[in-house]
Amino acid sequence: MSGLDRLPLDALHRDLGARMAEFAGTEMPMQYAGVIAEHEQARSRAALFDVSHMGQVVLHAPAEVAAAALERLVPQDVAGLKPGRQRYGFFTNPDGGIEDDLMIANYGDTLRLVVNAARKAADLALLRAGLPEGVAAELLADRALLALQGPEAEAALAPLAPGAAAMRFMDVAEFEVAGVPAWVSRSGYTGEDGYEISLPADRAEDVARALLDRPEVAPAGLGARDTLRLEAGLCLYGQDIDSGTTPVEAGLGWAIQKARRAGGARAGGFPGAARILNEMDEGAARARVGLRPEGRAPMRAGVPLYAQQEGGAPLGAVTSGGFGPTVGAPVAMGYVPAGLARQGQRLFGEVRGRRLPVTVSDLPFVSASYKT
Amino acid sequence: MKYTEDHEWLREEDGVYVVGITEHAAEQLGDVVFVELPEEGATVTRDDEIVVIESVKAASDILAPVDGEIVEVNEAIVENPAMVNEDPLGDAWFFKIRPSDSAQLDDLMDEAAYKELIG
Repeated sequence: MSGLDRLPLDALHRDLGARMAEFAGTEMPMQYAGVIAEHEQARSRAALFDVSHMGQVVLHAPAEVAAAALERLVPQDVAGLKPGRQRYGFFTNPDGGIEDDLMIANYGDTLRLVVNAARKAADLALLRAGLPEGVAAELLADRALLALQGPEAEAALAPLAPGAAAMRFMDVAEFEVAGVPAWVSRSGYTGEDGYEISLPADRAEDVARALLDRPEVAPAGLGARDTLRLEAGLCLYGQDIDSGTTPVEAGLGWAIQKARRAGGARAGGFPGAARILNEMDEGAARARVGLRPEGRAPMRAGVPLYAQQEGGAPLGAVTSGGFGPTVGAPVAMGYVPAGLARQGQRLFGEVRGRRLPVTVSDLPFVSASYKT
Repeated sequence: MKYTEDHEWLREEDGVYVVGITEHAAEQLGDVVFVELPEEGATVTRDDEIVVIESVKAASDILAPVDGEIVEVNEAIVENPAMVNEDPLGDAWFFKIRPSDSAQLDDLMDEAAYKELIG
């Protein structure tokens, strides 16, 4: 066997007939019944994703101490994050770029983070270098993470975990799911209502099987996770955002709360604050936008974008793109100069040597249906 | 039926060959969402990239199996690419080609050889 990691639920995926492939060093289920069927399952009923490859990190310190320390590394209002709540955030670098995006959850006595699989080692190094003595970051290697996503997620989970129904979007809580102690958040990365369920790795298969036994639920792989998050206008780290894109360029300024902005109670104080806060006031030179190809041909990551059908230099590029099963047409995201980042702006994407028309479009392509 | 190493099938119909992709290829591609076909009347050379097929995952090319003239293309799969997954050996044929060098047909595989190729 190669050096690839295997998921705690690897045997279950193979039982279910998953097609497996490597992603971020782990053998992951790409698809079971097919990407489009799984995508539709998540939009109409409930889909179960194994996202155990992601990094689950705990900050060993009282929550208030950990929050104050973490604010040195992220532009989010962590101190103001109430117990039982979670928020989206990102680590920034001194140039204002994004080192990773993550979820920050306050479980009352402790802060827990979920980071991208490919960034686990980098994030741990960043945390260890940036957190003061007395706040230790630990990557939890013995936990699995399941995402149950879709309009029937609550109906599927509530019989196994009565506490799930009362949660609203971005709530977090600890309770048993099918008899197994779990850390549960009402969140996800598909644009749908749903839950993310952290479990001891050695008990995760029992919970996954209990969920798959529910009539609302079917398994879904990374392929559908990608089409769902693309339609929802959500960024994939390494494609739509990276160390060279700032939060303002990426359209993520909404995730920087008032307390950390210029004039806020704890303004700045995170890496790259000068550039990021300046861009929040003055605007950035480029912007992430939605793109709707006018024809049927998908425009994938790397497709260069032009202002004219002939001549000129590329003014930007697609960072994520493909077929949107719910939209029923190709959809994409990419960066363009700020002056062209307006709904209805016509551009051209070069696909196989031909420049095809594409229209700048509002994000998301499919509106979110969170339980707020 | 004859087969290419690129998972195309060819079926003779009155001196022209109907060409599509095998069930194995359709399965490997996953959900097909886009097909671009050559122009009717085009003269093509073996191994020219004459069809673009995109699944939810990636784009691939389909090569001309032999030298010849494209006499007909199947617009139905352009309108409804999912047909390629549903009926790859039947309604979802790609194009009909009139070979200009029938000797090239001898280079194609029979069903037994193709089955061995895909294991």
